Amino acid sequence: MINPKLKLNPKIWNDDVEQAPIRKGFGTGLLAAGEADKSIVGICADLTESTQMHLFAEKFPERFVQVGVAEQDLVTVASGMAAMGKMPFTSSYAMFSPGRNWEQIRTTIAYNDQPVVIVGSHAGISVGPDGGTHQALEDIALMRVLPRMIVLAPCDSVEAKKATMALAKLKKPAYLRLAREKSPIITTEETPFEIGKAQIFHETDGIAHVGVIACGALVHNAMKAAHKLEKEGVRVKVMNMATIKPLDTAAVIALAKECGAIVTVEEHQIAGGLGGAIAECLAGSIPTPIEFVGVHDEYGQSGAPLELIEHYHMGVSHITDAIKKVLDRKG
Amino acid sequence: MLTEKKIKELELKANHIRQSIIEALLPAKSGHSAGPLGMADIFTYFYFHALKHDPKNPDWADRDRVVLSNGHICPVLYASMAHAGYFPVEELKTLRKLGSRLQGHPHREWLPGIETSSGPLGSGVSQAAGMALADKMDHGQTATRRIYAFLSDGELQEGNSWEGIMFAGKYKLHNLLAIVDYNNIQIEGYVDDVMPLEPLADKWRSFNWHVLEVDGHDLRAIDEAVEHAHTIFEKPTVILAHTIPGKGVSFMERNYKWHGMPPNAEQAAQALDELKKAEELIKSAQ
Repeated sequence: MINPKLKLNPKIWNDDVEQAPIRKGFGTGLLAAGEADKSIVGICADLTESTQMHLFAEKFPERFVQVGVAEQDLVTVASGMAAMGKMPFTSSYAMFSPGRNWEQIRTTIAYNDQPVVIVGSHAGISVGPDGGTHQALEDIALMRVLPRMIVLAPCDSVEAKKATMALAKLKKPAYLRLAREKSPIITTEETPFEIGKAQIFHETDGIAHVGVIACGALVHNAMKAAHKLEKEGVRVKVMNMATIKPLDTAAVIALAKECGAIVTVEEHQIAGGLGGAIAECLAGSIPTPIEFVGVHDEYGQSGAPLELIEHYHMGVSHITDAIKKVLDRKG
Repeated sequence: MLTEKKIKELELKANHIRQSIIEALLPAKSGHSAGPLGMADIFTYFYFHALKHDPKNPDWADRDRVVLSNGHICPVLYASMAHAGYFPVEELKTLRKLGSRLQGHPHREWLPGIETSSGPLGSGVSQAAGMALADKMDHGQTATRRIYAFLSDGELQEGNSWEGIMFAGKYKLHNLLAIVDYNNIQIEGYVDDVMPLEPLADKWRSFNWHVLEVDGHDLRAIDEAVEHAHTIFEKPTVILAHTIPGKGVSFMERNYKWHGMPPNAEQAAQALDELKKAEELIKSAQ
């Protein structure tokens, strides 16, 4: 059942649940943050509208910087502006930033400890028809490995807005992962959000059999899988892990202790992503059987977003299969 | 304009900085010799004349900003900072040692007065341009803090360099001055053989920069170029400073093999001997 304490969207199971692209929440969040804080600047590499930075750029043209198709310049200019007291948000597609400019992010932002938020939109396989070159499936790994980098992957547009506004206040090196395609709205304005805090979105009546930990738009699929199995008598808790780093280890360990079996769900390579983070955490505390839903060491291809999610085994049925498999392993 | 007295004073200071570079590299047993020695005159000029800074208050908000893009020549930066009073000259001997604030490549967090961590090449122009743009955003044409970007010639082979150069041209960053150490050496040979940059002045000009060329060891010429750059309000300025790598140590001069090599004890002794003789000459001319 839906966790009543979090005031989630009551229409979550409906076919007509409201949908919006996660990136849209970033656009409105940056606009709101920019109104409150004049030190915020927006820097973009020729993808202003598609990353939704145009809302900020139109309202605050004097605080918007266009670098052209130059992602290395994007983040290094941001580092320089941060050094002079600005709070820069940079935006591009995740495949190009952090895909192309990783070393510049490492040296001039993370190692240098400059407060820059790197916004990577169009992450994941759901970019769709653009094909494998544009489907960033490695960005969480690239950013998670950097000391002091904060990594957020919000589950819907509403949460993305809150994440953006929270990052604007935090003023630390951070990566914000966004998706292109419309996805169901899971949370509401009233749902609490805190960087570094995991939340149980799907609760169980009694001790759960399996814990599912998910991030991004696939949280909705994870919820549906849990909802479906609930009717079959399998009790599944779903944890929304909007903050992949710093990981809410206390919450992960508590979930593993309760369930003794974990499934991770992400639109990313299995290696180095959310699943990797959970495995590292649990292997070092309470070794727990884990099944990983995500992309298994391969590149994507062109196709419709939902078609690709199914083709690469991240659909609801694949999550229920993984839950059953980990239940078997638990014994 | 620099007085004769000031020039002699700076020449003597540059000589001391060269000696400190050798004294720091010897115990370090690794590091770069040629670039730091070649840039000693320019760094002396900035740290002891042009730069608006306060070594006792390195975070002073109104200070000029120094971005060292080619972080590997940090021995000259460290030696200049130490002689200017940022930290004790004695500390230079901790260069590259475990726990030292003087990392093999500069680390902003560890040493007050370092504006940005650097080492991986090609990112300095963009960072300096970001600083200049931020200041211009707040103060427009009246922005008075100067942003100085020190670059190497070899790192102009990096794409990121040209992204930054294009960007600074677009935003007409008059408060940004880049100084290129044009010494024509890099790790594997002469720049002109590895990947030629010429026509370099034309390249910068075509990216909408004002271009000046100087002898990087002529303090008066350097001063005139920097003063001239301050009068250019329409675009950023670059000074292509022609320098002799290893300047001041006969067996290092113009030899690319000294790009990334420190002197051994015997070589250091010879280098210091030559530099001390040069010091006496400067003193006797005063």
